[in-house]
Amino acid sequence: MSTATAAHDDHHDHGPAKGLMRWVTTTNHKDIGTMYLIFALIMFLLGGAMAMVIRAELFQPGLQLVDPQFFNSMTTVHALLMIFGAVMPAFTGLANLLIPMMVGAPDMALPRMNNLSFWILPFAFLMLLSTFFMQGGGPAGGWTLYPPLVLQYGDGFPFLIFSIHLMGLSSIMGSINVIVTVFNMRAPGMTLMKMPLFVWTWLITAYLLIATMPVLAGAVTMLLTDKFAGTSFFSAAGGGDPVMFQHIFWFFAHPEVYILILPAFGIVSAIIPTFARKPLFGYSSMVYATASIAFLSFIVWAHHMFTTGMPVAGELFFMYATMMIAVPTGVKVFNWVSTMWKGSMTFETPMLFAVGFVIMFTIGGFSGLMLAIAPVDFQYHDTYFVVAHFHYVLVTGAIYAIMGGAYYWLPKWTGNMYNEKLGKFHFWISTISVNVLFFPQHFLGLAGMPRRIPDYAVQFADWNLISSLGGFVFGLSQLLFVYIVIKTIRGGEKATDRVWEGAHGLEWTLPSPPPYHSFSEAPEVK
Amino acid sequence: MRHLTIKALLFTVLMALTGTALSEYALNLTTGVTETSRQVYDLHMIILWVCVVIGIIVFGAMIYSIIYHRKSKGAVAAQFHESTKMEIVWTIIPIVILVSMAIPATTTLLAMTNTSDAEMSIKITGHQWKWQYDYIEDDISFVSNLHPEHNKARQLNSGIDVASIDNYLLEVDEPMVIPTGKKVRFLITASDVLHAWWVPELGWKQDAVPGFINEQWTKVDEPGIYRGQCAELCGKDHAFMPIVVVAKSPADYEAWVAEKKGAAVEAAAEGDREWSKDELMAKGESLYATNCASCHMANGQGLPAANFPALAGSAIANGPADAHINIVLNGKPGTAMASYRALLSDADMAAIITYERNAWGNDAGIVQPAAIKAAR
Repeated sequence: MSTATAAHDDHHDHGPAKGLMRWVTTTNHKDIGTMYLIFALIMFLLGGAMAMVIRAELFQPGLQLVDPQFFNSMTTVHALLMIFGAVMPAFTGLANLLIPMMVGAPDMALPRMNNLSFWILPFAFLMLLSTFFMQGGGPAGGWTLYPPLVLQYGDGFPFLIFSIHLMGLSSIMGSINVIVTVFNMRAPGMTLMKMPLFVWTWLITAYLLIATMPVLAGAVTMLLTDKFAGTSFFSAAGGGDPVMFQHIFWFFAHPEVYILILPAFGIVSAIIPTFARKPLFGYSSMVYATASIAFLSFIVWAHHMFTTGMPVAGELFFMYATMMIAVPTGVKVFNWVSTMWKGSMTFETPMLFAVGFVIMFTIGGFSGLMLAIAPVDFQYHDTYFVVAHFHYVLVTGAIYAIMGGAYYWLPKWTGNMYNEKLGKFHFWISTISVNVLFFPQHFLGLAGMPRRIPDYAVQFADWNLISSLGGFVFGLSQLLFVYIVIKTIRGGEKATDRVWEGAHGLEWTLPSPPPYHSFSEAPEVK
Repeated sequence: MRHLTIKALLFTVLMALTGTALSEYALNLTTGVTETSRQVYDLHMIILWVCVVIGIIVFGAMIYSIIYHRKSKGAVAAQFHESTKMEIVWTIIPIVILVSMAIPATTTLLAMTNTSDAEMSIKITGHQWKWQYDYIEDDISFVSNLHPEHNKARQLNSGIDVASIDNYLLEVDEPMVIPTGKKVRFLITASDVLHAWWVPELGWKQDAVPGFINEQWTKVDEPGIYRGQCAELCGKDHAFMPIVVVAKSPADYEAWVAEKKGAAVEAAAEGDREWSKDELMAKGESLYATNCASCHMANGQGLPAANFPALAGSAIANGPADAHINIVLNGKPGTAMASYRALLSDADMAAIITYERNAWGNDAGIVQPAAIKAAR
């Protein structure tokens, strides 16, 4: 519909189609990016609601609210929603909104595929959530889907598998689009080494996705045939090996960990220089560090499996390789700190989230380094120490970067400034509560509390209570974020084109909000 | 200089706080009771302090910068944005730290994985949701379940104050017993899904993988009771399969072995006689609560929503006894229904089946231990 109009109407700016069909048929990168972000926010709230059920049951020892089977489905689906429904679509949404504006392009290179890759997602997640109404309930074998346990799952099993296939399909299409856009649509003068780091990190992320998503699809398809077609890939009785699934799964899921954090690095690398009013320190070393992390992410997968009974040579290799990741990650942190050093800093909400990211992501990185030490991992593994670790890198890492990015670019997208006071309040209440929520989980894990349990020994009661209180406050304070976003979309103080005093980059040369086709004429980059 | 003092002060307060809190809140990894667990603890503390020191330097620089390099203090932004020298420095230093960490980690790992020269072996089998222990040399075999009292308290809205129960969820009906001062080798496997056998005080956990055997070992110095639990998600009652290891002096251990063997002879004799219905029903009820009620529920209604069928009025529990014996003996592949062949004696299985065929309105007659023996 809109393409038909565009054919004879490409000399002056035109608006989108009207009504609901605008969103169904749109091929516009900003429309699709917006839908991705809204979808991610809905999934974030839904996954958060499940986390609230988990924390409510763990509020005190004994079982008070849910039976253990339902509890297990909460932990399983919470993870699937947060990873595949919230963080990944949020990054894809940001990529859609920002990459064309950052490289000086009118739109993404493959707009129809863009539409398809978004519209697959709601159906994939409806399919996943529909399992709660089937015989056997929602999936309860953990998001890692380890056999043989996952093969005991009831009628929802094929729906779980097919929903993962669809999520993977959507991610691969989104990634192809990013790669094609970055390589073909850059404005003249926008050389690769001039691209903003967000574009760089997304380009590398897209390769990780294309390389690993088919691996996940293969692994879950093998589960499907093991269940229904009589194969025994993962059953020792038929000559298979349950641990082989873990190898295949983590060959996907370890790069996935970096898929969930590299774009966050890009966002933070955009925000910090703006509010320090100083160029990013070590741009090229940032690019090389990102590429090294991406490479290393493929050769460390079995550090999730130190206790499965690997040969000692394997354990040593994966321990050394994992420790190596600390080096490029350290380079990044040092570069961010050096960017701040001798800057002229102000602390608007995006900067608060970015600084919060650097500190708390680094705490998650430290516990990651501890987990890398194989002999000690024999104690840490599958405890709340691990839960604390990955929530520090995912919540105060990935999610904080996304929130910071949302505040940073919201005035550009909507043309309106958000409420700075409320934004800062949102940051502080989130940061205090998220630490009350997750920091005590380090202690719980070290003291011996395993993860994925609905009930626990009484000595773990105090920290669980504190953690749950933090959780409830953190959960509720995210509703404030929803309120701030809606209020900003509806109106507010008009934003300038540059929005932030220290902002640099092509997106800030466009009006706020930008025209429907971002750059109808390629800008010149010097 | 002022900041350093403040930091030092904060640090001392923090340390003092953690010190006093330590008595009430568990905060840190256990040092454990074996050479391995102590080595693991030492490594943990080294890497923790490495992280703390790096953290203080990095966050210190950040906080300094946040305080002094802000626009409101009139800071003017410098424009430097590159320094190859610095990049090299902060690449090399972490590498040096990591290499110096890798050396002790490697030696500890090599020692941990050396299971040679063990003086005795115990095979550990994980089942949903209990542990089975087979003493290879001493020829003892038994199953270790969550203690019945704890099992009652942990039911949804049981009304029992769990704080009133000692070692809630960390108590079993029959603990594993090992001798002190001997290198005990564990052969760890599972019958149905993945489990992980973990007693923090021994210093490690090890996955139990169906169809494969993992080796681990321990040598406990002091007699004592050490508690742990399953650490790998294994389904609905993952939280309810604790591990208790009782370390006894070699003499006490030998006494325990003799007692255990005597009990095994008695139990075998139980399987050779005729049982009355009342005897079977009484024994069956308590065994059902331990072995079956997790899925089929105490009232026999099962949990259809979780794919666990009802036994009250079921075709199998009211049909021919052979089919009933067969499913308990061999399990049902592709479901959570496990094989109880190795877990229950003839008398125990007869009691459970009889109970299932006569409780909750079922009325399908009794099954004698001899019938189980014949079906095996």
